[in-house]
Amino acid sequence: MVGVSSMASASAPKCNSHTSENEPVKSTSQDGVNCDLNETVPRLPGETLITDKEVIYICPFNGPIKGRVYITNYRLYLRSLETDSTLIFDVPLGVISRIEKMGGATSRGENSYGLDITCKDMRNLRFALKQEGHSRRDMFEILTRYAFPLAHSLPLFAFLNEEKFNVDGWMVYNPVEEYRRQGLPNHQWRITFINKCYELCETYPALLVVPYRASDDDLRRVAAFRSRNRIPVLSWIHPENKMVIVRCSQPLVGMSGKRNKDDEKYLDVIRETNRQLSKLTIYDARPSVNAVANKATGGGYESDDAYHNAELFFLDIHNIHVMRESLKKVKDIVYPNVEESHWLSSLESTHWLEHIKLVLTGAIQVADKVSSGKSSVLVHCSDGWDRTAQLTSLAMLMLDSFYRSIEGFEILVQKEWISFGHKFASRIGHGDKNHADADRSPIFLQFVDCVWQMSKQFPTAFEFNERFLITILDHLYSCRFGTFLLNCESAREKQKVTERTVSLWSLINSNKEKFKNPFYTKEINRVLYPVASMRHLELWVNYYIRWNPRIKQQQPNAVEQRYMELLALRDDYIKRLEELQLANSSKVSSASTSPSSPSQMMPHVQTHF
Amino acid sequence: MLGKGVVGGGGGTKTPKPSFVSYVRPEEIHTNEKEVTEKEVTLHLLPGEQLLCEASAVLKYVQEESCQRGVCGRLVCTDFKIAFLGDDEPALDNAETQFKNKIIGENDITLHCVDQIFGVFDEKKKSLFGQLKKYPEKLIIHCKDLRVFHFCLRYTKEEEVKRIVSGIIHHTQAPKLLKRLFLFSYAAAAQSIIATSPKDHTVMFDTLKDWCWELERTKGNVKYKAVSVNEGYRICERLPAYFVVPTPLPEEDVRRFQGHGIPIWCWSCHNGSALLKMSALPKEQDDVILQIHKSFLDGIYKIIHRPPYEIVKTEDLSSNFLSLQEIQTAYSKFKQLFLIDNSTEFWDTDIKWFSLLESSSWLDIIRRCLKKAIEITECLEAQNVNVLLLEENASDLCCLISSLVQVMMDAHCRTKTGFQSLIQKEWVMGGHCFLDRCNHLRQSDKEEHRRQLSLPLTQPKSSPKRGFFREETDHLIKNLLGKRISKLINSSDELQDNFREFYDNWHSKPTDYHGLLLPHIEGPEIKVWAQRYLRWIPEAQILGGGRVATMSKLIEMMEEVQSLQEKIDERHHSQQRLQAEAPCLLRNSARLSSLFPFALLQRHSSKPILPTSGWKALGDEEDLAKREDEFVDLGDV
Repeated sequence: MVGVSSMASASAPKCNSHTSENEPVKSTSQDGVNCDLNETVPRLPGETLITDKEVIYICPFNGPIKGRVYITNYRLYLRSLETDSTLIFDVPLGVISRIEKMGGATSRGENSYGLDITCKDMRNLRFALKQEGHSRRDMFEILTRYAFPLAHSLPLFAFLNEEKFNVDGWMVYNPVEEYRRQGLPNHQWRITFINKCYELCETYPALLVVPYRASDDDLRRVAAFRSRNRIPVLSWIHPENKMVIVRCSQPLVGMSGKRNKDDEKYLDVIRETNRQLSKLTIYDARPSVNAVANKATGGGYESDDAYHNAELFFLDIHNIHVMRESLKKVKDIVYPNVEESHWLSSLESTHWLEHIKLVLTGAIQVADKVSSGKSSVLVHCSDGWDRTAQLTSLAMLMLDSFYRSIEGFEILVQKEWISFGHKFASRIGHGDKNHADADRSPIFLQFVDCVWQMSKQFPTAFEFNERFLITILDHLYSCRFGTFLLNCESAREKQKVTERTVSLWSLINSNKEKFKNPFYTKEINRVLYPVASMRHLELWVNYYIRWNPRIKQQQPNAVEQRYMELLALRDDYIKRLEELQLANSSKVSSASTSPSSPSQMMPHVQTHF
Repeated sequence: MLGKGVVGGGGGTKTPKPSFVSYVRPEEIHTNEKEVTEKEVTLHLLPGEQLLCEASAVLKYVQEESCQRGVCGRLVCTDFKIAFLGDDEPALDNAETQFKNKIIGENDITLHCVDQIFGVFDEKKKSLFGQLKKYPEKLIIHCKDLRVFHFCLRYTKEEEVKRIVSGIIHHTQAPKLLKRLFLFSYAAAAQSIIATSPKDHTVMFDTLKDWCWELERTKGNVKYKAVSVNEGYRICERLPAYFVVPTPLPEEDVRRFQGHGIPIWCWSCHNGSALLKMSALPKEQDDVILQIHKSFLDGIYKIIHRPPYEIVKTEDLSSNFLSLQEIQTAYSKFKQLFLIDNSTEFWDTDIKWFSLLESSSWLDIIRRCLKKAIEITECLEAQNVNVLLLEENASDLCCLISSLVQVMMDAHCRTKTGFQSLIQKEWVMGGHCFLDRCNHLRQSDKEEHRRQLSLPLTQPKSSPKRGFFREETDHLIKNLLGKRISKLINSSDELQDNFREFYDNWHSKPTDYHGLLLPHIEGPEIKVWAQRYLRWIPEAQILGGGRVATMSKLIEMMEEVQSLQEKIDERHHSQQRLQAEAPCLLRNSARLSSLFPFALLQRHSSKPILPTSGWKALGDEEDLAKREDEFVDLGDV
């Protein structure tokens, strides 16, 4: 690696001096820039500069800007060479989804040699390069190499990153501890290590919580009847009424309508764990037509005939392809220009918020069933790693205030998404050049959007702020951290991700203040039901339209700013009050008492209030 | 520990619905708390208010979860309001009475608040007006403040139904004489109650002194003077008795065309440029008269347009901007979106919510108003020129634009009294025809033009590039002002550029909330003012959420800081007095919801609200929808 990069950076200046051969003065200043850039281009430990190029950045908002672009093995960094513009952008290469050449020898105009870079975070970057010295070809090849390392047998940057943090984010989630927090194991539910080496189910975590009454053999037999062996396992248990949320994949019913006694019995065992007589509620996230259609490929759903003690509802949430197209349409109306004349109907035609509405509605139903003590809930879609993860994690967020704290949310993501095999690598396409891959889909983004909608509706209920959510989304793509890499726990273990990479939670938890919502009020017992009505759902402007300088929102907003001022004032007053008290007490009994420290003073002050 | 404990549950308590703004302080009318809480059972009449008719055994429908419940009681109609007196209305606790409107109860509908009345006959809903042949079994009242009431009359005696229904229809629909407005009998009966609090007082602009004070406040007194030429409305009834004109303007000019064609001062900017308004001269065909008009206006313009010292730009609101009809049509469509009869209707409209909103054009009108105001602000602030608003009577769009500009530019107008004074100055004294625009006298032939004044200020949007200024110079201007003046109207390109630069520049800097404030006007930033429009809709209620959640935190913190401040002051004076903690208005946050303070407890349960409507067709995505997530055949194992 080091060799490659040093060669690349060595060849770059050569290229430059070539173009300015008869201007030796300039070429030294060029060198000066190069020295300078080592200071001005931010670099992470483990990050190496590959090349730099003079380019015209074709800014969709401010027109062409002359600049110098620096490419490292982690980022693309642009500095403006124009004095009146301070533009700098800093894009992790992982965010790049597609690189295309535009124009060329046949097109006219000085900026005809262009590169169009499509990003996964709702923007495009366009550059024009000089025709001389094959600078576009160079840039295209280097970018392709480092943005899509998997296609070139190179490691993802996360494996080269040598950043150190004072907190280890990999320690945040410990499944045993999380289940213990939920009061598990108990008399009805046990922890099983049957999947210790991922032999029961490759895409499930090693540790699973299952009904006490189901033996490991039962589990194996059930696995045979569930798509990709993703058997029903516990996600969350209600601390009081002991109703549970259980997740799995679709049953392998097929065209012939096959049944499996073990599966039927297993679901009944789940139903009986809390000694309720009511039926088990099954939420199939799919639209019913899709569930029926899935029979053709061997899947299906739990029929009334086979599962007497269960009641099935379809939640009508569409598949990953629909979601992908929907987000594409969102991009069309917000980037680069925000659709003006028919903003609302354009927004409606993307269906994005409608999908959000359906996901939230489904999650509310799950949460309500469990919270009201009506019945336990089993959630699945087709494979139980996309829509199912959305539903269980959102329902858990509504039910359990722990997940609304910063660490709680990290645990929720780590548990319901990462450990239960949401296929991040396939859905995001980390380091992969196949931008049109049908496996890609913004399912996790959709979940984070739902969380944002909830935080908008309940502005005091979440410990984290919008920045936290945006940071998570940025690093969903960046490949700087190992957190979202690969498709499941078994693959991560094979690659030794926790040993070889840094966790995103290390970055966040070592700098928590930045991600805190000042209005947060801890409320233990509160179930949050957002209102899943279009009247309240909004497009997340600060995320989807954040590249447009015109739409950029004031951060923080007026109320938050005022609140922060008041907080500072309060702290100041408390300090002054302590000082006054100190002065008084030392006046009264100057010799008798030792000077109290401010922290000792505090309770005294407070009792006075 | 988790569980059902969703906030706001609890027993059926009542919902205060303030919908009336009065300068008379409620506490000056009711001092006895007991009397207030008892009001629901016994009809409470204001001074001068008279009971006209009533009916008993009426059921009022209350939306509860997905079903409707009836509350039995009396329905009455007075010369001021329609009121429902429920038999089993539980009393409010202390915290809630604080938020209760002390004049208009939860089940009171002032006669002027009634928008439309429907009757239900054999399950069919029909609009009710005039003489009825048949009386409905159910009465639905849509209010102008967007409340919807359902009264069931099935158990009411027939004569009572007749009396109450025809009574309500008559008293809410029949044309009225001005002197019959309840206001007058109230004022006569309640004369002794005059709200005067020396502090915090609203400037009424009914004296020369008030105008002088405003001139002084804005430093407009250098170039403008307050005149009393219209004292006793000698010249014109349309204009206030006192107003402000450019200092060099001779008073006899005001008399010449009854105040038409006179630049009247609205406000002065810190840099000396001023916002003026002018009502157009009457339209004339006669060339001789036109010539007279022209030379008169030329004279007037020489006073206010003296380059390079003083430059004026004319903004013709009559022809280059929204029409009153457009505003009225849009609002009628828009309000309909919030007058929702039941849960099914709510969810049915929810799927196509955005296109419904768009087709009303209301938000686009809001955007255009804000944009126009920003354009004028740019002229005043950045170009340092005077702006003259021109309109036929200078009393509709002039009021709207001029007050918006002042809210943006003058922090004083964003205080409570400052805003009230602004309304008084620009709308009340500005001669806005409230009586006609709100059709208070219900003259059916008169078109109702309504103006929604209160535009949420923090709303932005995407830049409409369609210029409001057409290339062709407007006829009216040409005729009335002559060619020289029409040149003063700037060309569209220049204006767009200036506007864009000014707007972008302002938004790229940190906001000073005490200085100039420009709203965002991009599409995604112009939103429905939920607090007003959704306030009575139980389906839209976010229990324990909404903006009020952060506001209550803010208020709590303010109280804490205040009490700390007091503590420090006490220490300084070495007084060791303990102070009782002031009760926090909003401390009981469990009862709050996004509808606060309107429908305080409209929803009685902690159940989540679930959409009932289905999915809309995906259209061209149907194929995708049918695909499977993964292309692996699971096999018919």
